Amino acid sequence: MDKDLIPEGVKRCPFPVFALWVLIILAVIGWGVYAGIIILWKGLNVTGLNNVFGFGLWITADLGVIALGAGAFFSGFLFYGLSRWFKSLKEIKKIINLAVIIGFICYTGAMLVLALDIGQPIRGWFGYWHANVHSMLTEVIFCITCYCMVLIIEYIPIILENRKLDQIKVLHHFGHNLHEIMIVFALTGTFLSFFHQGSLGGMWGVLFARPFAYRTGFLIWPWTFFLFISSAIAAGPAFTALICKLLETITNKKLVDDSVYELIAKLEGWLLAIYITLKIADTLYWAFKTVPSFGLKISKFYHDPYGFWLLVLELGICGILPAILLVVPKLRQNNFILFGALFLDCVGVVVNRFVFTVQTLSIPVLPFEKFRVYIPTWQEWAPTIAMIAYGMLIISLSYRYLPVFPRERELNPAD
Amino acid sequence: MSKKEHEKSSVRYGMVIDLDKCTGCMACAVACQEENNISFLKDDSIKTRSINWMRIYKLENGKKYPEHRHVILPRPCMHCDSPHHSPCTFVCPVNATQRDEETGIVNQVYPRCIGCRYCMAACPYYARNFNWWDPTWPKDMVEMLNPDVSTRMRGVVEKCTFCSHRLLKAKDKARVNGENPKGIEYTPACVEACPTGAIVFGNLHDPESEVAKLSKDKRAFRLLEKLKTEPKVYYLSSHEWVRKQGDNDLK
Repeated sequence: MDKDLIPEGVKRCPFPVFALWVLIILAVIGWGVYAGIIILWKGLNVTGLNNVFGFGLWITADLGVIALGAGAFFSGFLFYGLSRWFKSLKEIKKIINLAVIIGFICYTGAMLVLALDIGQPIRGWFGYWHANVHSMLTEVIFCITCYCMVLIIEYIPIILENRKLDQIKVLHHFGHNLHEIMIVFALTGTFLSFFHQGSLGGMWGVLFARPFAYRTGFLIWPWTFFLFISSAIAAGPAFTALICKLLETITNKKLVDDSVYELIAKLEGWLLAIYITLKIADTLYWAFKTVPSFGLKISKFYHDPYGFWLLVLELGICGILPAILLVVPKLRQNNFILFGALFLDCVGVVVNRFVFTVQTLSIPVLPFEKFRVYIPTWQEWAPTIAMIAYGMLIISLSYRYLPVFPRERELNPAD
Repeated sequence: MSKKEHEKSSVRYGMVIDLDKCTGCMACAVACQEENNISFLKDDSIKTRSINWMRIYKLENGKKYPEHRHVILPRPCMHCDSPHHSPCTFVCPVNATQRDEETGIVNQVYPRCIGCRYCMAACPYYARNFNWWDPTWPKDMVEMLNPDVSTRMRGVVEKCTFCSHRLLKAKDKARVNGENPKGIEYTPACVEACPTGAIVFGNLHDPESEVAKLSKDKRAFRLLEKLKTEPKVYYLSSHEWVRKQGDNDLK
């Protein structure tokens, strides 16, 4: 039924099967939209947020997807910025379309959820009109909205490569011209991403009255600024590779060469190793110098259910372990280990965002206040899960109708 | 963070609360609720959602009878005087909360607040409250709302303002009388309501003022001094165990 829209030389599942799949996704998105309407109509009182937990599931999810969506800018930086000097990075071209699509999903999804999270969504633009130049969140608002626009611009030429759209001359030329200047957008995106990934980390590090989150730093930038950037580049491309592998498993096709996975694994392994070394150094300095200066011990910060196990999970199981597995060539030859390690890498970055958001707020600073636990309501879960479903929808439509993977035809000759 | 200090004036409004005098009657909290048109909830026992600009804490010494002791600690906004910025004013993305360097009062601009709640994350004193619902009052109370204080809408943050509307009125009166409005004396609602005179308010930078003298008392301490937030609310207590609960200490 939609054969004419499917790229040439590749096979896709029958339309009724695809339609059913899309209907299921739309149902989940509908559930999220319903929850969103309730939130906008009745107010944030329907959530599990309160005066102690001003931030919760949504901010954790937003920070998490923005970090995982870093594959878009970093792949662009590697391919458009560095591949002329490091030829092996040209492999990135085979997966870069997917990276851009994932970035687009992550950032647009985050913006949609953020529209629910703030108490006055219509005033969201005040970040531009009444900008506080000292606030990290101002910088985040600026860069995330600008980078979202960059991602839309980067996604457009991929859409215009659809078989039918490409036949329209004006669209063909427009898409072609966008491709020619893609380096400008890629490097602009790198610049914007560097700053907002950093500022998202800076948001916590500057909280000088919250000992758990506060970090010293370099000039106006707390160390969390740099740690968030390095964790994002250590996990973003990993997430792209995982999504690609998932697509391959579902579609039973080979979409990229193994050399792409090998390159990403090696890159992420070393980036993760560097990040985790810096993170451990930062944690030790914070634990033994910064925290005692506030009259505290770090043991005071860990209280069930946000216990010490979170630190072990973040730094050990999802930090040191996958770094070793990915850095050692013999270990990453094994697909199970490779993708398992990439998965742990991604989990680690989400745990890190959770720790800074929810655990920070659970810890009382006043000695006579108490630890609290945050439990999100279904009205919070629904838009979050709907955001994931939205991502699945965009990837499904893109995979079916757009030539996302340049090597697909050669790698699947039976088609 | 930049170490550059904003220029500060000779006026710094602050408060001293004598915990040895406080009986826990909560007249200060009630007066504050009424003066500032604070909204009611259907169930105000949900303390993590209720709006209380003056929150009342009960501190205990942790001992059993007959050594058990407790004190009541009223906690308004500290109007932190930390260099450069207060913890909350530093982080607000839209300048909806700013410290007035003429008076030291940390204000809140309700029509500008986007409700991101970053300031609430930054505040270690839990002094900030979010409007989770549209404001409501018992029917008869609506007619008694204070016309000098704007009501707040759903989705914005609010907190103690040291009754800055009373300061504005006092300044206007001073100008009409040909007096200098700078550093004019005025009385917040909680100070006015306290039956034991436990709360004293004034210009901390005026060495002749009672509040300045009491802030230098040997019983004086501030909450969380080690954080260097420089709160402008001082507490007085002759009990060491109370002063120790004002901050985290390795000892």
